[in-house]
Amino acid sequence: MAGEELILLNFWASMFAARVRIALKEKDLSYEEKEEDLPNKSPLLLKMNPVHKKVPVLIHNGKAVCESLIIVEYIDEMWSDRAPLLPSHPYARAQARFWADFIDKKLFGAATKIIWSKNKDEAEEGKKELIEILKQLEGVLGDKPYFGEDVFGFVDMALIGYYVWFQTYENCADFSIEGECPKLMEWGKRCLERESVSTFLAHPNKVYDLLMSFRNKLGLDYV
Amino acid sequence: MATTAGVQVLGSWASPFSNRVELALKLKSVEYEFVEEVFYANKSERLLKANPVYQQIPVLIHDEKPVCESLIIVEYIDEAWTGNGPSILPSDPYERAIARFWAGYVDNKWFPTMKELNTASGDEAKAIVVGKINEGFALLEEAFVKSSKGKAFFGGDDVGYLDIALGCYLGWVKVAELIGGVKLLDGSRTPGLAGWAERFLSHDVAKDIIPEAPKLVEFMGKVQAVRAAAANTAAD
Repeated sequence: MAGEELILLNFWASMFAARVRIALKEKDLSYEEKEEDLPNKSPLLLKMNPVHKKVPVLIHNGKAVCESLIIVEYIDEMWSDRAPLLPSHPYARAQARFWADFIDKKLFGAATKIIWSKNKDEAEEGKKELIEILKQLEGVLGDKPYFGEDVFGFVDMALIGYYVWFQTYENCADFSIEGECPKLMEWGKRCLERESVSTFLAHPNKVYDLLMSFRNKLGLDYV
Repeated sequence: MATTAGVQVLGSWASPFSNRVELALKLKSVEYEFVEEVFYANKSERLLKANPVYQQIPVLIHDEKPVCESLIIVEYIDEAWTGNGPSILPSDPYERAIARFWAGYVDNKWFPTMKELNTASGDEAKAIVVGKINEGFALLEEAFVKSSKGKAFFGGDDVGYLDIALGCYLGWVKVAELIGGVKLLDGSRTPGLAGWAERFLSHDVAKDIIPEAPKLVEFMGKVQAVRAAAANTAAD
């Protein structure tokens, strides 16, 4: 890969940055990872993503690509000679994009309600929403091993970053995702058997500790 | 290459999202049946079946298979009819990423500020929202200059993905200007974008699809009347 410079502006716990880390590994690409301290964003991040000022950002030979799903498609198109991340048929691609978009539209909002809840009622509301969304996704998965049919693909990548946050959601809202969506949990464990996933996903306990430290700083008692 | 038989659009002439789908199909010279979903009536069985997740237009039905979400539909059209005319998405992966980025910005950041204009009450609140809209236009002006590279459209010589993504809103921008008595797309502030808007609206394909402001104003009146009647009925 002579002459190719790849830099990832990253945050270890971000479900969005996870997508990009996994995609880069699936394509067997070398890159430099720069960890962002989110309360103190680096000048490089502010320069490379002036519009949203968020991670992840992939900087390829000095040019910035922002928004995690857009970055994954970019990686797939730039390195189309190996490990396809999206299906090849237009209809299957449209379905993959639809469900990845659904995950972004729906899951993040519900999760946010849970993790920043100020009281039991708010956490409960977030929990109900989350369960509904996860059940819907479980329905889409059906009996397939992955969302991408036989292969780990775009939708799997879009969702798996959330998987390490499941334990945190469960603790905050006092419920069991395994109990509600057993097939989805099986899917998560299956994904973790892939090196690209197990190496590049954060540990659930660390994620939980991180959230608790944020909540403490904000003066939110654990409900 | 996909055939043009069995292509339907469930949409609404007044919806910018529906307009995107028709624009893309026409650019690809794909014949289709347009099925108008009446905005203020109960949603049809056909729509609920085609889009059970969001229950919204537009839906593209191709050989009986539905595709939902307007920008996803536009990409699908580009890929399914890849031989028909120029590409809607740029061919270079980096330019594709940039086009997708700005389309996402338009829908997720800029359009909500337009919607805020409807609900802002009082001159001060309105002024703040107009400020936000203008900030958005300033960013899009920059994006236009970089994307177009001196040519007519975001997509270069031809109308492309980002032209479709932003251009579909132009009728409603004019409505907001008429009703709010405010200039939003201003040639003195964003000359590139203002010039682009004129060219887009007079483009062969766009001019038949993007509704004119007076028609949209009339439509808005109808929707408000129906909603008010429904609210009164509910209150009885």
